[in-house]
Amino acid sequence: MSDTPKPWGKLVFYGLGSAACYVALFANEKSVMASFTRADGWYWLLPIATAFVISYFHGGFTGCFWDVLGVKPRQPVRKDVEQEELEE
Amino acid sequence: MDPSLFIELTFQSVAFLLIVGFIGGLVSGFIGSGGAFVLTPGMMSLGVPGVVAVASNICHKFPKALVGAIKRHKFGQVDVKLGLYMASTAALGMWWGSGIQKSIKATWGEAGSNLYVSVAFVVVLTIVGLIVLRDAIALHRAGETRGEERVGRLARWVQTVEIPGTMVTFHVAKTRVSFLFILPLGFATGLLASTIAVGGFVGVPGMMYVLGAPGLVASATELVIAFVMGLGGTINFAMSGYVDIRLAMLILLASLFGIQLGAIGTTYVRPYMIKVVMAAIMLIVSVSRAIVIPVYLTQLGYMAVGDGTIGVLKIVSFVFMVAALGIGALIIIGAMVRGHREASAT
Repeated sequence: MSDTPKPWGKLVFYGLGSAACYVALFANEKSVMASFTRADGWYWLLPIATAFVISYFHGGFTGCFWDVLGVKPRQPVRKDVEQEELEE
Repeated sequence: MDPSLFIELTFQSVAFLLIVGFIGGLVSGFIGSGGAFVLTPGMMSLGVPGVVAVASNICHKFPKALVGAIKRHKFGQVDVKLGLYMASTAALGMWWGSGIQKSIKATWGEAGSNLYVSVAFVVVLTIVGLIVLRDAIALHRAGETRGEERVGRLARWVQTVEIPGTMVTFHVAKTRVSFLFILPLGFATGLLASTIAVGGFVGVPGMMYVLGAPGLVASATELVIAFVMGLGGTINFAMSGYVDIRLAMLILLASLFGIQLGAIGTTYVRPYMIKVVMAAIMLIVSVSRAIVIPVYLTQLGYMAVGDGTIGVLKIVSFVFMVAALGIGALIIIGAMVRGHREASAT
Protein backbone atom coordinates (compact mmCIF):
# COMPACT_ATOMS: atom_id res chain seq x y z
CA MET A 1 0.00 0.00 0.00
CA SER A 2 2.90 2.33 0.70
CA ASP A 3 6.65 2.48 0.19
CA THR A 4 7.33 4.14 3.56
CA PRO A 5 9.58 2.10 5.88
CA LYS A 6 7.81 -0.16 8.36
CA PRO A 7 8.11 0.78 12.05
CA TRP A 8 9.77 -2.43 13.25
CA GLY A 9 11.74 -0.66 16.01
CA LYS A 10 8.62 0.94 17.48
CA LEU A 11 6.74 -2.36 17.18
CA VAL A 12 9.40 -4.13 19.26
CA PHE A 13 9.62 -1.30 21.83
CA TYR A 14 5.87 -1.02 22.38
CA GLY A 15 5.40 -4.80 22.11
CA LEU A 16 7.95 -5.53 24.83
CA GLY A 17 6.44 -2.79 27.02
CA SER A 18 2.95 -4.19 26.53
CA ALA A 19 4.06 -7.77 27.20
CA ALA A 20 5.90 -6.68 30.36
CA CYS A 21 2.76 -4.93 31.65
CA TYR A 22 0.55 -7.97 31.06
CA VAL A 23 3.10 -10.40 32.55
CA ALA A 24 3.45 -8.18 35.65
CA LEU A 25 -0.35 -8.00 35.99
CA PHE A 26 -1.10 -11.70 35.68
CA ALA A 27 2.05 -13.07 37.38
CA ASN A 28 1.06 -11.12 40.50
CA GLU A 29 -2.69 -11.64 40.07
CA LYS A 30 -3.50 -12.24 43.75
CA SER A 31 -1.61 -9.29 45.19
CA VAL A 32 -2.78 -7.05 42.33
CA MET A 33 -6.43 -7.93 42.96
CA ALA A 34 -6.03 -7.51 46.71
CA SER A 35 -4.66 -3.97 46.42
CA PHE A 36 -6.55 -2.79 43.31
CA THR A 37 -9.96 -3.54 44.85
CA ARG A 38 -9.34 -1.72 48.13
CA ALA A 39 -11.94 0.99 48.72
CA ASP A 40 -9.82 3.07 51.10
CA GLY A 41 -7.13 5.70 50.62
CA TRP A 42 -5.70 6.32 47.17
CA TYR A 43 -5.89 2.69 45.99
CA TRP A 44 -8.55 3.66 43.42
CA LEU A 45 -5.73 5.28 41.44
CA LEU A 46 -4.09 1.89 40.77
CA PRO A 47 -6.58 0.58 38.13
CA ILE A 48 -6.72 4.03 36.48
CA ALA A 49 -2.91 4.33 36.28
CA THR A 50 -2.64 0.74 35.00
CA ALA A 51 -5.18 1.44 32.25
CA PHE A 52 -3.24 4.52 31.13
CA VAL A 53 0.16 2.75 31.15
CA ILE A 54 -1.16 -0.29 29.26
CA SER A 55 -3.03 1.88 26.76
CA TYR A 56 0.24 3.75 26.05
CA PHE A 57 2.30 0.64 25.33
CA HIS A 58 -0.43 -1.59 23.88
CA GLY A 59 -1.98 1.29 21.91
CA GLY A 60 1.42 1.99 20.36
CA PHE A 61 1.96 -1.70 19.67
CA THR A 62 -1.43 -2.27 17.99
CA GLY A 63 -0.97 0.86 15.85
CA CYS A 64 2.44 -0.37 14.62
CA PHE A 65 1.05 -3.91 14.22
CA TRP A 66 -1.45 -2.92 11.50
CA ASP A 67 1.13 -0.57 9.98
CA VAL A 68 3.70 -3.37 9.67
CA LEU A 69 1.03 -5.59 8.11
CA GLY A 70 0.46 -2.87 5.50
CA VAL A 71 -2.98 -1.83 6.78
CA LYS A 72 -2.68 1.96 6.64
CA PRO A 73 -5.15 4.85 6.40
CA ARG A 74 -6.16 5.96 2.93
CA GLN A 75 -6.32 9.68 3.66
CA PRO A 76 -3.07 11.51 4.23
CA VAL A 77 -2.27 12.45 7.82
CA ARG A 78 -3.07 16.09 8.56
CA LYS A 79 -0.15 18.41 8.07
CA ASP A 80 -0.45 20.05 11.50
CA VAL A 81 -0.45 16.65 13.22
CA GLU A 82 2.57 15.54 11.21
CA GLN A 83 4.32 18.72 12.30
CA GLU A 84 3.41 18.14 15.95
CA GLU A 85 4.79 14.61 15.76
CA LEU A 86 8.01 15.79 14.14
CA GLU A 87 8.49 18.35 16.88
CA GLU A 88 8.07 15.76 19.65
CA MET B 1 -11.52 -7.61 48.88
CA ASP B 2 -14.69 -9.68 48.73
CA PRO B 3 -13.57 -12.83 46.79
CA SER B 4 -17.19 -13.66 45.85
CA LEU B 5 -17.22 -10.59 43.58
CA PHE B 6 -14.31 -11.73 41.41
CA ILE B 7 -14.36 -14.88 39.24
CA GLU B 8 -11.58 -17.39 38.53
CA LEU B 9 -10.42 -16.94 34.95
CA THR B 10 -10.92 -19.92 32.66
CA PHE B 11 -9.96 -20.53 29.02
CA GLN B 12 -13.59 -19.97 27.95
CA SER B 13 -13.97 -16.70 29.85
CA VAL B 14 -10.65 -15.33 28.50
CA ALA B 15 -11.55 -16.39 24.92
CA PHE B 16 -14.98 -14.71 25.24
CA LEU B 17 -13.46 -11.45 26.51
CA LEU B 18 -10.84 -11.39 23.75
CA ILE B 19 -13.28 -12.14 20.90
CA VAL B 20 -15.99 -9.69 22.01
CA GLY B 21 -13.29 -7.17 22.94
CA PHE B 22 -11.85 -7.24 19.41
CA ILE B 23 -15.22 -6.97 17.67
CA GLY B 24 -16.38 -4.25 20.10
CA GLY B 25 -13.16 -2.34 19.49
CA LEU B 26 -13.59 -2.59 15.72
CA VAL B 27 -17.13 -1.20 15.92
CA SER B 28 -16.07 1.53 18.39
CA GLY B 29 -13.23 2.65 16.14
CA PHE B 30 -15.71 2.96 13.30
CA ILE B 31 -18.90 4.41 14.82
CA GLY B 32 -17.55 5.81 18.11
CA SER B 33 -19.24 3.35 20.44
CA GLY B 34 -20.14 -0.30 20.65
CA GLY B 35 -19.41 -3.49 22.46
CA ALA B 36 -20.57 -2.38 25.90
CA PHE B 37 -24.09 -3.68 25.36
CA VAL B 38 -22.72 -7.19 24.71
CA LEU B 39 -19.78 -7.16 27.15
CA THR B 40 -21.74 -6.33 30.31
CA PRO B 41 -24.43 -9.05 29.94
CA GLY B 42 -21.76 -11.38 28.54
CA MET B 43 -19.56 -10.99 31.63
CA MET B 44 -22.60 -11.49 33.85
CA SER B 45 -23.33 -14.77 32.07
CA LEU B 46 -19.76 -15.84 32.99
CA GLY B 47 -20.69 -15.35 36.64
CA VAL B 48 -19.37 -11.81 37.13
CA PRO B 49 -21.70 -9.80 39.44
CA GLY B 50 -23.51 -6.96 37.62
CA VAL B 51 -21.72 -4.10 39.37
CA VAL B 52 -18.26 -5.62 38.70
CA ALA B 53 -19.22 -6.28 35.04
CA VAL B 54 -20.26 -2.64 34.57
CA ALA B 55 -17.16 -1.35 36.44
CA SER B 56 -14.71 -3.56 34.52
CA ASN B 57 -16.38 -2.74 31.20
CA ILE B 58 -16.14 1.00 31.80
CA CYS B 59 -12.49 0.62 32.90
CA HIS B 60 -11.60 -0.83 29.49
CA LYS B 61 -13.76 1.76 27.72
CA PHE B 62 -11.83 4.93 28.60
CA PRO B 63 -8.33 3.79 27.52
CA LYS B 64 -9.85 2.27 24.36
CA ALA B 65 -11.64 5.54 23.57
CA LEU B 66 -8.42 7.47 24.25
CA VAL B 67 -6.40 5.37 21.78
CA GLY B 68 -9.21 5.59 19.19
CA ALA B 69 -9.57 9.35 19.61
CA ILE B 70 -5.81 9.90 19.17
CA LYS B 71 -5.82 7.72 16.04
CA ARG B 72 -8.79 9.49 14.46
CA HIS B 73 -7.41 12.90 15.46
CA LYS B 74 -4.48 12.08 13.16
CA PHE B 75 -7.00 11.67 10.34
CA GLY B 76 -8.43 15.12 11.14
CA GLN B 77 -11.81 13.70 12.21
CA VAL B 78 -11.98 14.67 15.91
CA ASP B 79 -13.48 17.95 17.13
CA VAL B 80 -11.93 17.99 20.61
CA LYS B 81 -13.73 21.20 21.57
CA LEU B 82 -17.14 19.76 20.64
CA GLY B 83 -16.26 16.53 22.49
CA LEU B 84 -15.41 18.43 25.68
CA TYR B 85 -18.58 20.56 25.49
CA MET B 86 -20.68 17.43 24.98
CA ALA B 87 -18.86 15.49 27.72
CA SER B 88 -19.28 18.24 30.31
CA THR B 89 -23.04 18.45 29.68
CA ALA B 90 -23.29 14.64 29.48
CA ALA B 91 -21.91 14.45 33.02
CA LEU B 92 -25.06 16.25 34.20
CA GLY B 93 -27.23 13.75 32.31
CA MET B 94 -25.38 10.81 33.82
CA TRP B 95 -25.81 12.18 37.31
CA TRP B 96 -29.55 12.72 36.77
CA GLY B 97 -29.96 9.34 35.02
CA SER B 98 -28.34 7.41 37.85
CA GLY B 99 -30.75 9.15 40.25
CA ILE B 100 -33.72 7.95 38.15
CA GLN B 101 -32.27 4.42 38.09
CA LYS B 102 -31.88 4.38 41.87
CA SER B 103 -35.44 5.58 42.51
CA ILE B 104 -36.92 3.04 40.05
CA LYS B 105 -34.92 0.25 41.67
CA ALA B 106 -36.05 1.37 45.14
CA THR B 107 -39.73 1.43 44.05
CA TRP B 108 -40.05 -1.55 41.67
CA GLY B 109 -36.91 -3.60 42.43
CA GLU B 110 -34.47 -5.24 40.01
CA ALA B 111 -37.18 -6.34 37.52
CA GLY B 112 -38.60 -2.80 37.37
CA SER B 113 -35.16 -1.40 36.72
CA ASN B 114 -34.50 -3.97 33.96
CA LEU B 115 -37.90 -3.21 32.38
CA TYR B 116 -37.12 0.54 32.38
CA VAL B 117 -33.72 -0.09 30.74
CA SER B 118 -35.24 -2.41 28.10
CA VAL B 119 -38.09 -0.02 27.24
CA ALA B 120 -35.56 2.84 26.96
CA PHE B 121 -33.46 0.67 24.63
CA VAL B 122 -36.45 -0.22 22.42
CA VAL B 123 -37.99 3.28 22.20
CA VAL B 124 -34.77 5.26 21.70
CA LEU B 125 -32.96 2.81 19.43
CA THR B 126 -36.00 2.16 17.20
CA ILE B 127 -36.72 5.86 16.65
CA VAL B 128 -33.11 7.00 16.25
CA GLY B 129 -32.11 3.84 14.34
CA LEU B 130 -34.89 4.38 11.77
CA ILE B 131 -33.94 8.07 11.34
CA VAL B 132 -30.28 7.12 10.76
CA LEU B 133 -31.23 4.29 8.38
CA ARG B 134 -33.55 6.56 6.36
CA ASP B 135 -30.76 9.10 6.03
CA ALA B 136 -28.21 6.44 4.98
CA ILE B 137 -30.58 5.10 2.31
CA ALA B 138 -31.28 8.62 1.03
CA LEU B 139 -27.53 9.37 0.83
CA HIS B 140 -26.92 6.10 -1.01
CA ARG B 141 -29.72 6.78 -3.51
CA ALA B 142 -28.53 10.35 -4.05
CA GLY B 143 -25.17 8.94 -5.07
CA GLU B 144 -23.25 10.99 -2.53
CA THR B 145 -20.45 8.53 -2.23
CA ARG B 146 -17.28 10.22 -1.13
CA GLY B 147 -18.58 13.73 -1.21
CA GLU B 148 -19.60 15.98 1.66
CA GLU B 149 -22.80 15.04 3.43
CA ARG B 150 -25.56 17.59 3.25
CA VAL B 151 -26.51 19.32 6.49
CA GLY B 152 -30.09 18.36 7.42
CA ARG B 153 -33.01 20.77 7.76
CA LEU B 154 -33.02 20.74 11.59
CA ALA B 155 -29.26 21.36 11.79
CA ARG B 156 -29.52 24.19 9.23
CA TRP B 157 -32.19 25.85 11.41
CA VAL B 158 -30.11 25.32 14.60
CA GLN B 159 -27.12 26.97 12.88
CA THR B 160 -29.22 30.02 12.00
CA VAL B 161 -30.39 30.63 15.59
CA GLU B 162 -28.20 33.41 16.99
CA ILE B 163 -28.33 33.76 20.79
CA PRO B 164 -25.79 36.40 21.84
CA GLY B 165 -23.19 35.25 24.34
CA THR B 166 -23.87 31.54 23.74
CA MET B 167 -22.52 30.99 20.21
CA VAL B 168 -19.65 28.51 19.85
CA THR B 169 -17.70 27.71 16.67
CA PHE B 170 -16.45 24.18 16.06
CA HIS B 171 -13.89 24.24 13.26
CA VAL B 172 -13.47 20.50 12.61
CA ALA B 173 -17.23 19.85 12.76
CA LYS B 174 -17.68 22.92 10.55
CA THR B 175 -20.57 24.25 12.58
CA ARG B 176 -21.40 27.30 14.71
CA VAL B 177 -24.24 26.78 17.16
CA SER B 178 -25.56 28.08 20.45
CA PHE B 179 -24.40 26.29 23.60
CA LEU B 180 -28.08 26.12 24.54
CA PHE B 181 -28.55 23.43 21.85
CA ILE B 182 -25.50 21.46 23.00
CA LEU B 183 -26.70 21.39 26.61
CA PRO B 184 -29.83 19.22 26.06
CA LEU B 185 -28.00 17.05 23.54
CA GLY B 186 -25.11 16.31 25.91
CA PHE B 187 -27.60 15.85 28.74
CA ALA B 188 -29.54 13.25 26.71
CA THR B 189 -26.28 11.48 25.81
CA GLY B 190 -25.33 11.21 29.49
CA LEU B 191 -28.85 10.18 30.47
CA LEU B 192 -28.80 7.37 27.90
CA ALA B 193 -25.27 6.35 28.92
CA SER B 194 -26.38 5.95 32.52
CA THR B 195 -29.47 4.00 31.40
CA ILE B 196 -28.26 1.65 28.65
CA ALA B 197 -24.47 2.22 28.88
CA VAL B 198 -24.21 3.38 25.25
CA GLY B 199 -24.65 7.15 25.16
CA GLY B 200 -23.21 7.27 21.64
CA PHE B 201 -26.50 6.01 20.23
CA VAL B 202 -27.91 9.47 20.97
CA GLY B 203 -24.71 11.53 20.98
CA VAL B 204 -23.55 10.64 17.44
CA PRO B 205 -26.94 11.09 15.68
CA GLY B 206 -27.47 14.25 17.76
CA MET B 207 -24.18 15.79 16.62
CA MET B 208 -25.07 14.87 13.01
CA TYR B 209 -28.73 15.87 12.82
CA VAL B 210 -29.01 18.65 15.44
CA LEU B 211 -25.60 20.33 15.27
CA GLY B 212 -24.81 19.51 11.61
CA ALA B 213 -21.49 17.70 12.14
CA PRO B 214 -20.46 15.25 9.38
CA GLY B 215 -20.91 11.55 10.28
CA LEU B 216 -17.16 10.89 10.36
CA VAL B 217 -16.53 13.82 12.71
CA ALA B 218 -19.50 12.95 14.95
CA SER B 219 -18.43 9.31 15.35
CA ALA B 220 -14.80 10.32 16.03
CA THR B 221 -15.79 13.05 18.49
CA GLU B 222 -17.93 10.52 20.38
CA LEU B 223 -14.64 8.85 21.38
CA VAL B 224 -13.66 12.01 23.29
CA ILE B 225 -17.01 11.94 25.12
CA ALA B 226 -16.58 8.21 25.82
CA PHE B 227 -13.09 8.83 27.23
CA VAL B 228 -14.20 11.60 29.59
CA MET B 229 -17.32 9.77 30.78
CA GLY B 230 -15.49 6.44 30.99
CA LEU B 231 -12.72 7.95 33.11
CA GLY B 232 -15.25 9.57 35.44
CA GLY B 233 -17.23 6.33 35.72
CA THR B 234 -14.10 4.27 36.39
CA ILE B 235 -13.00 6.61 39.19
CA ASN B 236 -16.46 6.27 40.72
CA PHE B 237 -16.41 2.43 40.64
CA ALA B 238 -12.70 2.13 41.58
CA MET B 239 -13.33 4.14 44.75
CA SER B 240 -15.74 1.39 45.81
CA GLY B 241 -13.28 -1.36 44.80
CA TYR B 242 -15.49 -2.87 42.06
CA VAL B 243 -13.05 -2.81 39.10
CA ASP B 244 -11.70 -6.25 38.14
CA ILE B 245 -8.53 -5.04 36.42
CA ARG B 246 -7.87 -8.51 34.94
CA LEU B 247 -11.16 -8.51 33.02
CA ALA B 248 -10.76 -4.88 31.93
CA MET B 249 -7.21 -5.35 30.65
CA LEU B 250 -8.05 -8.62 28.86
CA ILE B 251 -10.84 -6.85 26.95
CA LEU B 252 -8.44 -3.97 26.26
CA LEU B 253 -5.79 -6.40 24.97
CA ALA B 254 -8.04 -7.33 22.04
CA SER B 255 -10.11 -4.17 21.70
CA LEU B 256 -7.07 -1.97 20.92
CA PHE B 257 -6.33 -4.16 17.87
CA GLY B 258 -9.97 -3.67 16.85
CA ILE B 259 -10.20 0.07 17.47
CA GLN B 260 -7.05 0.76 15.43
CA LEU B 261 -8.46 -1.27 12.54
CA GLY B 262 -11.90 0.36 12.80
CA ALA B 263 -10.35 3.84 12.81
CA ILE B 264 -8.26 3.02 9.71
CA GLY B 265 -11.43 1.64 8.13
CA THR B 266 -13.16 5.04 8.31
CA THR B 267 -10.65 6.38 5.78
CA TYR B 268 -11.60 3.72 3.20
CA VAL B 269 -15.39 3.71 3.29
CA ARG B 270 -18.06 5.98 1.89
CA PRO B 271 -19.32 8.46 4.51
CA TYR B 272 -22.83 6.98 4.64
CA MET B 273 -21.41 3.59 5.77
CA ILE B 274 -21.00 4.98 9.31
CA LYS B 275 -24.77 5.53 9.29
CA VAL B 276 -25.51 2.09 7.81
CA VAL B 277 -23.50 0.32 10.53
CA MET B 278 -24.98 2.46 13.28
CA ALA B 279 -28.57 1.91 12.11
CA ALA B 280 -28.09 -1.86 11.70
CA ILE B 281 -26.66 -2.26 15.20
CA MET B 282 -29.26 0.00 16.83
CA LEU B 283 -32.23 -1.74 15.21
CA ILE B 284 -31.01 -5.29 15.96
CA VAL B 285 -30.22 -4.37 19.59
CA SER B 286 -33.68 -2.84 19.83
CA VAL B 287 -35.24 -6.18 18.76
CA SER B 288 -33.02 -7.97 21.28
CA ARG B 289 -34.32 -5.85 24.15
CA ALA B 290 -37.96 -6.06 22.94
CA ILE B 291 -37.75 -9.88 23.09
CA VAL B 292 -36.85 -9.80 26.79
CA ILE B 293 -39.57 -7.35 27.92
CA PRO B 294 -42.16 -10.15 28.67
CA VAL B 295 -39.62 -11.63 31.12
CA TYR B 296 -39.56 -8.47 33.25
CA LEU B 297 -43.34 -7.99 32.94
CA THR B 298 -43.76 -11.54 34.30
CA GLN B 299 -41.37 -10.84 37.18
CA LEU B 300 -43.44 -7.75 38.03
CA GLY B 301 -46.68 -9.76 37.90
CA TYR B 302 -48.21 -8.04 34.84
CA MET B 303 -47.86 -11.13 32.59
CA ALA B 304 -47.68 -14.89 33.04
CA VAL B 305 -44.95 -16.58 31.03
CA GLY B 306 -43.57 -20.04 31.89
CA ASP B 307 -40.03 -20.58 33.19
CA GLY B 308 -39.04 -22.51 30.05
CA THR B 309 -40.21 -19.69 27.79
CA ILE B 310 -38.39 -17.12 29.95
CA GLY B 311 -35.14 -19.09 29.54
CA VAL B 312 -35.63 -19.26 25.76
CA LEU B 313 -36.42 -15.53 25.50
CA LYS B 314 -33.27 -14.62 27.47
CA ILE B 315 -31.08 -16.79 25.21
CA VAL B 316 -32.69 -15.46 21.99
CA SER B 317 -32.25 -11.89 23.27
CA PHE B 318 -28.53 -12.44 23.96
CA VAL B 319 -28.04 -14.10 20.56
CA PHE B 320 -29.60 -11.03 18.89
CA MET B 321 -27.22 -8.75 20.82
CA VAL B 322 -24.19 -10.75 19.75
CA ALA B 323 -25.59 -10.78 16.19
CA ALA B 324 -25.92 -6.97 16.26
CA LEU B 325 -22.23 -6.61 17.03
CA GLY B 326 -21.22 -9.37 14.61
CA ILE B 327 -23.28 -7.96 11.71
CA GLY B 328 -21.91 -4.47 12.41
CA ALA B 329 -18.36 -5.86 12.26
CA LEU B 330 -19.06 -7.76 9.03
CA ILE B 331 -20.48 -4.64 7.33
CA ILE B 332 -17.37 -2.69 8.43
CA ILE B 333 -14.92 -5.33 7.17
CA GLY B 334 -16.86 -5.69 3.89
CA ALA B 335 -16.90 -1.92 3.34
CA MET B 336 -13.18 -1.69 4.17
CA VAL B 337 -12.29 -4.42 1.69
CA ARG B 338 -14.39 -2.73 -1.04
CA GLY B 339 -12.84 0.65 -0.22
CA HIS B 340 -9.35 -0.82 -0.30
CA ARG B 341 -10.00 -2.40 -3.72
CA GLU B 342 -11.32 0.90 -5.07
CA ALA B 343 -8.28 2.74 -3.65
CA SER B 344 -5.89 0.20 -5.18
CA ALA B 345 -7.65 0.46 -8.56
CA THR B 346 -7.28 4.29 -8.74
